[in-house]
Amino acid sequence: MKELSLNILDILENSIHAGATRIHLTLQEYLETKDFLGFRIEDNGKGMDQAMVDSLFDPFTTTSTTKTVGLGLPLLKQEAEMCNGGCELESQPGVGTKVSFWFQHTHIDRPPLGDIVSTVIMMYAIHSGVEFIFTHEVDNNSFEVSTSELKEVFQDVPINNPKILQGLETFLLENKNQLYGGKHYG
Amino acid sequence: MAKINSLDELRKLRDQAKESMTARSGEAKVRIRASMGTVGIAGGAREVLKAIIDELEKRNFHEVEIIEGGSMGLDKEEPVIVVERDGFQTTYGKVQPEMARQIVAQHVINGQIISEWVIARNKQ
Repeated sequence: MKELSLNILDILENSIHAGATRIHLTLQEYLETKDFLGFRIEDNGKGMDQAMVDSLFDPFTTTSTTKTVGLGLPLLKQEAEMCNGGCELESQPGVGTKVSFWFQHTHIDRPPLGDIVSTVIMMYAIHSGVEFIFTHEVDNNSFEVSTSELKEVFQDVPINNPKILQGLETFLLENKNQLYGGKHYG
Repeated sequence: MAKINSLDELRKLRDQAKESMTARSGEAKVRIRASMGTVGIAGGAREVLKAIIDELEKRNFHEVEIIEGGSMGLDKEEPVIVVERDGFQTTYGKVQPEMARQIVAQHVINGQIISEWVIARNKQ
């Protein structure tokens, strides 16, 4: 993947395919207090047993029925470790899965975060039935928005209406810029 | 930690969207399936879907449902989108954002298939 926001989208899609009805994405960027970029995805999907978790970072593991090799997670783990970071995965059958990846923010080999707003928009566009919570922390500021609070605002207008999606993109971009406060992160 | 989240501007957006929905009801219902598997994402599926949303909004066409198609086992052809219209499922392969805009304008809205990009076509 060219950017971390695409890896995040890929992991969010994994949660969807695990039957999650609630997904929480937390993105943390710290440059002032520490040198850290991390993200965590928590879902209430069907979860995995220990054997599946153990084999997850083996490139020859995939749940896909049409492919035999899955490379998403092992490659991302390798990238995180190369950047003085790491990853953690906890899962319980019937409860859900929590996966985190983190990097040294200023590491020269760290992939760019990329277009996180577009990744969030994808959740509203094609998974509007899922309660998706997005938390973005940048040093001392944070922004959080959930599907249920947006639905409360839009009432009978579907959240995946194209006009709504475009407006939400502007809304998310404005909030992101405010979080960064004119400084360059990404 | 300072929290930022202003939903007020979104209320205005809701009223605008509501207005255009009422003005344009009764159009043909179209469904677009976008595949969002690992291969599709790596190949640009997110940007393709964003182009579709943007084009639908520009043309004020809202009688369409966008759903996830999962990985369709067509990795070589990703990004793949399927248009369901007039009783047919039409699959387009190796779709790029500019192609997606044309598919919306010609096929989704006006029902004209762009044959040179079609990789499969089935009756629903």
